Amino acid sequence: MAIVLENVSKSFGKKKALKNINLSFEKGRIYGLLGPNGSGKSTMLKLMTGLTFPTNGTVTLNGHPVTRKSSEQVAYLTELDMFYDVFTVRETVNYMASQFADFNIEKAKELLQELTLDPTQKVRSLSKGNRGRLKLVTTLSRDTDAILLDEPFSGLDPMVRDSIINSLLKYIDFENQVLIIATHEITEIESLLDEAIAIHYGTVIGQESVETLREEQGLSVLQWFKQISREQGEG
Amino acid sequence: MGEDFQASKPIYMQIVDKITSEIVQGKRQPGDKLPSVREMAVQMGVNPNTVQRTYAELERLNIVETRRGQGTFVSDNKDLTEELGRNMQDEIIKSFIQKMEEIGVDRKQIVTLLQQYLGEGQ
Repeated sequence: MAIVLENVSKSFGKKKALKNINLSFEKGRIYGLLGPNGSGKSTMLKLMTGLTFPTNGTVTLNGHPVTRKSSEQVAYLTELDMFYDVFTVRETVNYMASQFADFNIEKAKELLQELTLDPTQKVRSLSKGNRGRLKLVTTLSRDTDAILLDEPFSGLDPMVRDSIINSLLKYIDFENQVLIIATHEITEIESLLDEAIAIHYGTVIGQESVETLREEQGLSVLQWFKQISREQGEG
Repeated sequence: MGEDFQASKPIYMQIVDKITSEIVQGKRQPGDKLPSVREMAVQMGVNPNTVQRTYAELERLNIVETRRGQGTFVSDNKDLTEELGRNMQDEIIKSFIQKMEEIGVDRKQIVTLLQQYLGEGQ
């Protein structure tokens, strides 16, 4: 699996959300799209799922341009709430299974157990943490080439974050999948990443291997991110 | 989960140090099997590629050996624990002396101070 963005720009009306982005993502690796709110991270993920299309440039999955059907190959966790309140946890899982041919119901059951979600509980009565967990269950249960997570930790307490990271590490199929996590919470995922990509007002201002950063510059991802953001501000 | 890592050193090397220290402390014995890459990644909360590098580095240092189809094991070498222990002691002493010299304590003073601290030479 490879996702490639070539000279991609995206405008919403007069506002330029992304400017001339060139990136590629390979299977077996975990990427962090890092940037503050409004930097264009979510737009970038939506371009990869075929939920929106570039104003200029091309986005390809395994060499084919992204279309509306690309969601068959890409599992996407949105930052928005995506469930029906009247469903139970089990009904939600079954509903997702009915929508996606690649949905692995066995994996979903394991994940529900792993994350201690009660299948009989109504979505409406789930705590925020458990909603976050359920979103992860339905996303990770798909046997897709790519898994895209948009702010998977936002508003969740440290215990929930840990359990999410744990499940990611257990259930990602590293032989076949690429994982891309968009977040502004850098410290949480630092040790998880192969590569960090810094985004600032719609442009990529840096891309580094996390271990190389430490080895060659003695910097954590957060330190690096702050440094290059500051340079942007000055320049 | 819950390992904390320093910024100044690659994560894979910090896990190398951790496993080495566990061998020196006897928590891992020669011949013991290490967790699989995936299990170790989950335990440490790190990327499996990082653990892969840790194991490769440990293997290069002859601290572990990979047996085909069986996994990764602490080298079955009786001298290993002693040898790693000595290396670690050397490193700790070296960094201690370096820090003392940085703040202007000479080697003779270091010895005196150490003896005093340990309650000897009084």
